[in-house]
Amino acid sequence: MTQEKSLAAPHFLSNAVLIKQGAEARVYRTEFLGKPMIVKERFPKRYRHPALDEKLTHRRTVQEVRSILRCRKAGICAPVVYFVDYISHCIFLEEIMSSLTVRDHIASIQQSGSCKEQELEYIADRVGQILATMHDEDVIHGDLTTSNMLLRCGLEDGDMEDMVIIDFGLSYISALPEDKGVDLYVLEKAFLSTHPNTEALFERLLKTYAASSKKSSAVIKKLDEVPQLTLSRN
Amino acid sequence: VVPLCLRSMGCRHKNDEHSWDVLSFRRLFFSAAMTVVIGFEGSANKIGIGIIRDGVVLSNPRRTYITPPGQGFMPSDTARHHRAVILTVLKEALEQAGLKPADIDCVAYTKGPGMGAPLVTVALVARTVAQLWGKPLLGVNHCIGHIEMGRLITNANNPTVLYVSGGNTQVIAYSERRYRIFGETIDIAVGNCLDRFARVIKISNDPSPGYNIEQMAKKGSQYVELPYAVKGMDVSFSGILSYIEEAAHKMLSSGQCTAEDLCFSLQETVFSMLVEITERAMAHCGSHEVLIVGGVGCNLRLQEMMGVMCKERGAKLFATDERFCIDNGAMIAQAGWEMFRAGHVTDLEDSWITQRYRTDEVEVTWRD
Ligand SMILES: Nc1ncnc2c1ncn2[C@@H]1O[C@H](COP(=O)(O)OP(=O)(O)O)[C@@H](O)[C@H]1O
Ligand SMILES: [Mg+2]
Repeated sequence: MTQEKSLAAPHFLSNAVLIKQGAEARVYRTEFLGKPMIVKERFPKRYRHPALDEKLTHRRTVQEVRSILRCRKAGICAPVVYFVDYISHCIFLEEIMSSLTVRDHIASIQQSGSCKEQELEYIADRVGQILATMHDEDVIHGDLTTSNMLLRCGLEDGDMEDMVIIDFGLSYISALPEDKGVDLYVLEKAFLSTHPNTEALFERLLKTYAASSKKSSAVIKKLDEVPQLTLSRN
Repeated sequence: VVPLCLRSMGCRHKNDEHSWDVLSFRRLFFSAAMTVVIGFEGSANKIGIGIIRDGVVLSNPRRTYITPPGQGFMPSDTARHHRAVILTVLKEALEQAGLKPADIDCVAYTKGPGMGAPLVTVALVARTVAQLWGKPLLGVNHCIGHIEMGRLITNANNPTVLYVSGGNTQVIAYSERRYRIFGETIDIAVGNCLDRFARVIKISNDPSPGYNIEQMAKKGSQYVELPYAVKGMDVSFSGILSYIEEAAHKMLSSGQCTAEDLCFSLQETVFSMLVEITERAMAHCGSHEVLIVGGVGCNLRLQEMMGVMCKERGAKLFATDERFCIDNGAMIAQAGWEMFRAGHVTDLEDSWITQRYRTDEVEVTWRD
């Protein structure tokens, strides 16, 4: 069985097109039964010790699949997993068609200069709501950046876009408020450094998060404590 | 809190006024003449004074306060060390550069971040010579000093910067007039983790604990699994440190592994984390250059690992050796040179120091 599986990756990668080298994986586009499909390959990182590499790569592939399923069960948009090859560490995923990362989307809104405050606010609200649901399910994403959120475009004019969360490689399951707080802290820093002058927007995101999550007050309290931790020890 | 706020706002305002009236004059003046800046650095256990003339390092002498194995450096002892040698180092800096005080255009010093007592000591001397020589003063952010020195020495254009030292661990990229922090440690710095591990198994602090760990690691072969903590573009080292503090003596006395194996495994683990967050920031920012700065940055194993990562994503690595990686005076002179040319000076009454001073607090007026 495992042998059969390990053959899947070379077969699909042979006619796949590399579309991105992400933070840790190569992402290819190909087709599966006539449907567009993404192959996310966690290739060996030769800079790190083989034993460490194998451990991390395997753990992340497992975690990514597990958390995507858990999120989808909770009604959070994440790509469908078609299948997984644990030998070559490839995940075969539904392609989110004509999508843009939230990072690129915010950047283009900010660049266009025109008064699109509403669109930015919609994005902040959506992120806040989705994270609230995710954290209430005890899924810690572990790598919350605006590169790991996709917006489907091309819906009818005036329609607000649909948001999809991806890249669950660093995710894990935890009910601890400090884990959720660090998750938000990581997002806050990534968000503010990537998108200058968005402090108010991020505040709004947090407000929406707090209003949408049942267990938010302990999380927000932890979030406020993390920077103090950093400052006092650094 | 309120008086402090008012004070810093007032100072910013005053600084602006000051810089504007000399700016146009300086622009005219500088188009012909060269600019010579002397930099004073002493925010941790190194005291260095360097002189830079338009991108050329004229001198860069330095002394290090070395403590016995098992001991870290305390602020007051470090300040005492700096006080004892600073005038000798200053004399060396001027002599090696072949300059007189009259040839200096600006006196730059480290305003922070760092340890309070050593910072005060060095700022005091900088202030004194600036007044004696009748030269303008300039307070410089230590991290910006590292970045600007790295850019000068390597000619890296717009790199993602990994800044790793005893007190700092940050992944930085420039955008819209600031060095923005994309990732950092959420607890202790990587150098601090290495230094404290060295103390646990009594590795010598001479010339530095990090250097000795690096040499011992070359003789290690067995990889001991340690906690690995990457959170997005951030890292955490406190878990590794407490794990190894707890387990080291047991593992060593039972013969499970050697001290060399522990050095090897610790390096492999923490450097993998650093390379990983650098790669994450590069992917996120779409960057194709990496610059490593800070004292831990002269570790050749870290540079080697970063180089492999860069190769795997078609990027370029820039790094410097211990002369410029480790805290030194020239880096403060170089950042000071950029700032001075952009019209900054620090008035005497604003020439205080601060232990906390984030890299992204500084408006970078000298880059597009
Ligand atoms: N299912 C998908 N549909 C469309 N684009 C995708 C999909 N998965 C990933 N991508 C694209 O590939 C990039 C990297 O994927 P990601 O899962 O974040 O990998 P990494 O862990 O390497 O960052 C994403 O930012 C996105 O642009
Ligand atoms: Mg990603």
